[in-house]
Amino acid sequence: MASPVLPKLVGQRIKRREDPRLIQGRATYVDDVKVAGMLHLAFKRSDISHGRIRSIDVSAALAMDGVETVFTGAQLAELVPPMPLGTPWPSPDHRALAVDTVRYAGEPVAVVVARDRYVARDAADAIAVSYDSLPAVVDPELAMTGQPAVIHPAFPNNLALDGIPGGTGVSGGVVDDAAIDKAFADADVVISQRMVNHRLVPNAMETRGVLAHYEPGKGTMTIWSSTQSPHVLRSIIAAMNGLGQDQVRAIAPEVGGGFGAKINIYGEDFAAAAISKQLGMPVKWIEDRSEAFVATSHGRDIIGYVDLAATREGKVLGIKLRLIADIGAYNLLFTAMIPTLTMLMANATYDIPAVRVTVTEVFTNKTPTDAYRGAGRPEATYFVERALDMLARELKMDPADVRRKNFIQPNQFPYATQMGAVYDSGDYERALDLALKNANWDQLKNERDKAKQEGRLVGLGLAMYVEVCGLGPSAILPTGGWEHSQITVERDGRISATTGASPHGQGNETTFAQMLADQFGVPIEHITILHGDTAIVKQGIGTFGSRSQAVGGTALHLAGGKVKTKMAKFAAAMLEAAEEDLVFENGRVFVKGAPASGKSFAEVSAFAYVPVPLPPGLEPGLSEEAFFEPANNTYPFGCHISMLEVDRETGEPTLLKLVAVDDAGHLINPLIVEGQIHGGLVQGIGQAMIEEAVYNNEGQLVTGSFMDYAMPRATDFPRFELDSTVTPTPSNPLGAKGVGEAGTLGSTPSIVSAAVDALSEFGVTHIDMMLRPEKLWRIIQGGRA
Amino acid sequence: MAQVSMTVNGRLRKASVDPRTLLVFFLREQLFLTGTHVGCDTSQCGACTVLVDGRTAKACTMFAVQADGSTVTTIEGLATESTLHPLQQGFWEEHGLQCGFCTPGMIMAAVGLLQDNPKPSEREIREGISGNFCRCTGYQHIVNAIQHAAGGR
Repeated sequence: MASPVLPKLVGQRIKRREDPRLIQGRATYVDDVKVAGMLHLAFKRSDISHGRIRSIDVSAALAMDGVETVFTGAQLAELVPPMPLGTPWPSPDHRALAVDTVRYAGEPVAVVVARDRYVARDAADAIAVSYDSLPAVVDPELAMTGQPAVIHPAFPNNLALDGIPGGTGVSGGVVDDAAIDKAFADADVVISQRMVNHRLVPNAMETRGVLAHYEPGKGTMTIWSSTQSPHVLRSIIAAMNGLGQDQVRAIAPEVGGGFGAKINIYGEDFAAAAISKQLGMPVKWIEDRSEAFVATSHGRDIIGYVDLAATREGKVLGIKLRLIADIGAYNLLFTAMIPTLTMLMANATYDIPAVRVTVTEVFTNKTPTDAYRGAGRPEATYFVERALDMLARELKMDPADVRRKNFIQPNQFPYATQMGAVYDSGDYERALDLALKNANWDQLKNERDKAKQEGRLVGLGLAMYVEVCGLGPSAILPTGGWEHSQITVERDGRISATTGASPHGQGNETTFAQMLADQFGVPIEHITILHGDTAIVKQGIGTFGSRSQAVGGTALHLAGGKVKTKMAKFAAAMLEAAEEDLVFENGRVFVKGAPASGKSFAEVSAFAYVPVPLPPGLEPGLSEEAFFEPANNTYPFGCHISMLEVDRETGEPTLLKLVAVDDAGHLINPLIVEGQIHGGLVQGIGQAMIEEAVYNNEGQLVTGSFMDYAMPRATDFPRFELDSTVTPTPSNPLGAKGVGEAGTLGSTPSIVSAAVDALSEFGVTHIDMMLRPEKLWRIIQGGRA
Repeated sequence: MAQVSMTVNGRLRKASVDPRTLLVFFLREQLFLTGTHVGCDTSQCGACTVLVDGRTAKACTMFAVQADGSTVTTIEGLATESTLHPLQQGFWEEHGLQCGFCTPGMIMAAVGLLQDNPKPSEREIREGISGNFCRCTGYQHIVNAIQHAAGGR
């Protein structure tokens, strides 16, 4: 019987398998989960940024009808140990709720447990807290002098991490200064600029939420959470509650975006778990948007002092970067690690002989920072690419030519950077050339010049990027840097596959099924990808650092290979053939060249579960698992070009064009890849042009709602022009590098460079983001930004 | 408590609600229509968009009692048993969603847009959904999805 020929699916733009439930409103996010008897939490939060708690009066809250109980920070501290850390450096005590001192506006100080969500909120409002105010520490560079206050007494001058060095010849924490000094002594040109890569609010459209259900009779906890990493949640919740990992089941149901801010496990998660355990009742907390602005981690916020040494021909001899990261009031799980990724990527796409970077992390009275899409790499890209643009401007060279003079060449890979990274593969000039061709660069330059002659302020910007993705390996991730998958060919020939790479919009249910359909030669409709539930997915790390395809996809591929090998042994016994002669195709297993004489995939599957007789050396069943530990990271790269116009009268910038060429290695589903790049681009462009978390001198977030924080809208930016080059990675057998963060890297510096180009007639060489019209207007008026 | 009566996705629903209950909470918590989402608390994001008497409304910006006597359509009421609404189909075909959280509101806003303007230009589409935030897609595929539904792709 001939089956229809199944198309190969890897590399195809097929539509997503997760969409039917999402477009019909039938998906289940955390707030859609209801457990009988569920109580609701509401947090009382500090409305000042720094102060000692004098008293907390909960009597009015407790008296309200429907309120079960209230926990103050001190009371909860008896149930919840200090917050965990995912980084090796010393860190101040951090509690789920503040105990005696508040250190950022929005820090929780008490929690209400009530039978109804509205009542819980009313009761939280009825809690009266009085404080002795302390000076607000807002400016990180002032904070480094211990002024106007020291936030954590054990950390003098507010230094969370004091000047970690990295770079050329680094050994035992000491950089080879002679090489750096020589580079700068030999230079014809030195570019020096202070740049600010400002603070952003991640703003996943679904806020955080948690539902914890401890069942006293069983001694087990089930915790639903809008998280990027359910297995990390399980491990930490177990440890924090005196439970074994076997006693905690963590479920990430449908997750409405993460962008890095849902990797961390937060105080509210610990509070919910501990309160559920204490009361023996399910408790739910859903963050509202105003809370999310202050209670969920922020991103970026790094000042870079950039010095670049070059010859007059445009060859870069050395780069010095002094980074000051404003990390806010506390270290979250990975807060301290993020600026070290900026350090790691300071070589960018260039063969720079001498690099020195120091990272200083500073406490301020602000919401803590942590990963935000790109997480440290956009900052590195921004600093280096802006400096190269300034160099090009100084030397009156085309920005593309300056890059070309300095690229790491294809034959230099694997390339060990001055920062200790080993870039896997790359062809930077090819990406640059394609971007120039697609943008029609020379014609764009003519258009710009013509516009300028007409009195319009039009500019062009170009940026390269390279990022470190596919995180692990385990040496750099305290969670472990591997990923896990278990694949079961069921008795009816259908396939269940688990992945620890817990998606929240990335489309893994589609891309992973595409891979397995090809691997087993079965229809994609016969495959189910399972994720986000630690009772079903035995092990995993999560989705972040553009790792789900490169690491999670590889684990899936390896587990698939194991099952297929075993299945081939059963088929070989059935067909009396050698297993190496078998082909899996079109839903059948057969000897190569003789499809008609084979068995259906379902027949072989059924035999594996009722193997009479059992082939020697085989156990029944078809279920195998694999862990994949990458030997190295992947290093995707690309080139983003933008064209921007500034209104001479109002200073308002308009993005006219953005051309992106991205190289993420082999692509499983180009449609999904485009979506990832579009989303990243808008977050990168949003940073450059409209988004900014602004604090006032009292440490209040003044852009603390969607009315004040400019989230990109559909009307803000034009249609983007994408293309790709394909340079496979040797770091995994798929050759896939990862693409989730790419859009945030090149777009931001390319846009700022375009703005500088547009305003070049006013003598400006650098503009700090974001490109607020007022700032640009002042430049046009002859003042400085 | 106040009595409300409204036709939701073709069914007459009667309930007693606290007068301060927002329409979105009524739909989600009392009718278990959880496809309508809450993405903010300032009526900016549009994740809660539904149709009230055929016009788009942000269900976080009105009380359930204000919809008394109205006809309400939520995302769950858009498809027939066997056929997706053209906008649902468009979002699926054109990869107009990623995490899916904004999607129900985005689709309902687009329903309202195409009701008023069946053949919108790209600019009109972008303006028509500018009251809805999406953090994942960068909007380009959403525009494509609406064009698809409008017969333009």
